[in-house]
Amino acid sequence: MLQGINLACVRGDRELFKDINFSLEAGSLLQVRGPNGSGKTSLLRMLCGLSNPAAGEILWRGTSIQSLNGDYFAAVTYIGHLSGTKDDLTVIENLRISSALAGSEISISQASDALKHMGLRGREALPVKVLSQGQRRRVALARLLVCSTTLWILDEPLVALDVMAVKLIQKLLEQHLQRGGVIVMTTHQEIEVTATSITQLHLA
Amino acid sequence: MFMWIIKRDLLLAMRRQSDVLTTLFFFIIVVSLFPLSVGPEMNMLRTMAPGVVWVAALLASMLSLGRMFSNDYVDGTLEQMLLSPQSLSLLVLGKAFAHWLVTGVPLVLMAPVLGIQYDLPTDALLVLTAALLLGTPVLSLIGAIGAALTLGLRGGGVLVSLLVLPLYIPVLIFGAGAVEANMAGVAFDAHLSLIGAFLLVSIVFAPWAAASSLRVSLE
Repeated sequence: MLQGINLACVRGDRELFKDINFSLEAGSLLQVRGPNGSGKTSLLRMLCGLSNPAAGEILWRGTSIQSLNGDYFAAVTYIGHLSGTKDDLTVIENLRISSALAGSEISISQASDALKHMGLRGREALPVKVLSQGQRRRVALARLLVCSTTLWILDEPLVALDVMAVKLIQKLLEQHLQRGGVIVMTTHQEIEVTATSITQLHLA
Repeated sequence: MFMWIIKRDLLLAMRRQSDVLTTLFFFIIVVSLFPLSVGPEMNMLRTMAPGVVWVAALLASMLSLGRMFSNDYVDGTLEQMLLSPQSLSLLVLGKAFAHWLVTGVPLVLMAPVLGIQYDLPTDALLVLTAALLLGTPVLSLIGAIGAALTLGLRGGGVLVSLLVLPLYIPVLIFGAGAVEANMAGVAFDAHLSLIGAFLLVSIVFAPWAAASSLRVSLE
C-alpha cells in the first residue's frame, strides 16, 4: 500500500539519510528507529506529505502522493511531536474540532465516548492548558479512536504516557492492523504489538 | 469545514478577549489623539478625518496579523490543517474571515462614533463606514498572505509590515478618497466600486497565495 523508493533527506548542507526503501502491505507496521537527530521526524513528515523528499518517491496504492494530494490526506492521520491541541479550548472541543478539520465530523456523544475510552472521563469540559503532559497526549491520541483513516503516522506516540495508557495504545494499534490498516511510527520504547508484519527501519 | 474553522477561531478569540480589545483600543486611542493634539479647528479636523481614520484602521489590523497563523503554528494545529483533505485555500479564507469578524468589524462599528470628534457630517460618516466595511476585509485577506510568508521567522513582525503595507496603500487611497469626495460634493461611488473590486480580487487570489505560502513555510 505504502511504498518508499530511494528516499533521501537533506537539511541545510547535511544529508540526514539516503536510499531508504520500504514497502508496506495492509496490516503491517513500520517502526522507524535511530538516534536523536537521525531524521526520524523528517522521514515521517515526508510520508505525511508535509515536506518533499530531496530524492526518491513515495507511493500510496501505486500513485505518487504528490499527485494524490487531498485524496491522500483523507487516508492519513498524523500525530506529531506537537500535540495539535489548543490550550484555550476544552478537551471535547479540541477533539471535535480537530476531527471536523480532518474531514470527519463527530457528535458530542461520539467524542465523549472516545475520551472516556482514553481515560479522560470527567475532564471533557476542562481547558487543555490545565491538563498534565500525559493527559494532553491522550487528548491528541483520542483522535485515533474517531478517525476512519487507513494510514496512521505516529511520531513518538508513547512519550509521557503511563503504563496503562501505553497498553491501551498498543491494543489500539493492534486493532488497527487487524482491520487492515498501516502504521508508521517512531519510538524508543519496545513495543509489544502482535501483527502479521513488523518491519524495522534503522536510520544511522 | 469552512464553518468549523470560523467557529473555532471565534471561540478562541472569545477565550482571549484581551487580544481583540488591544486592536480596538489601539484604533480608538490613535483616532482620538489627533483632535486633542491638533486643536479644535473644525475645518482642518474635517479635512484630515478620513486619512487619520483609515491609517489607524490599517495599523490596527496589521497589529493583529502576527497572531493569525503563529499560535496555530506553535501548537501544531496548523500542521494538522495542512493535512486536511479539504482545500487549504478555503480554510485560509475561513481564517481570514474570522480575523475580519474579530478585528475588522469592531473598527467599522466604532468608526462613526469616532468620526464625530472630527465634526464629520452625517452622510460623510455613512460613507466612511461603508468604505471601511468594504475595505477592512481586504486588509485581513492581504494580511493573511504576509502572515503566511513570515511564519516562523524571527522579526517577522517588521517584515510583515514591509510586505503588506505597499499592498494596503490602494485601499487606503480609495477608502479615504471616498469620504473626501463626498465632503467635496462630488460622486464617491467610483471609489467604493474600486474597493469592492479589490475585495473581489483578494477573495479569489489571497487565500490561494496564502495557502501556497503556508505549505512552503511549514516544509
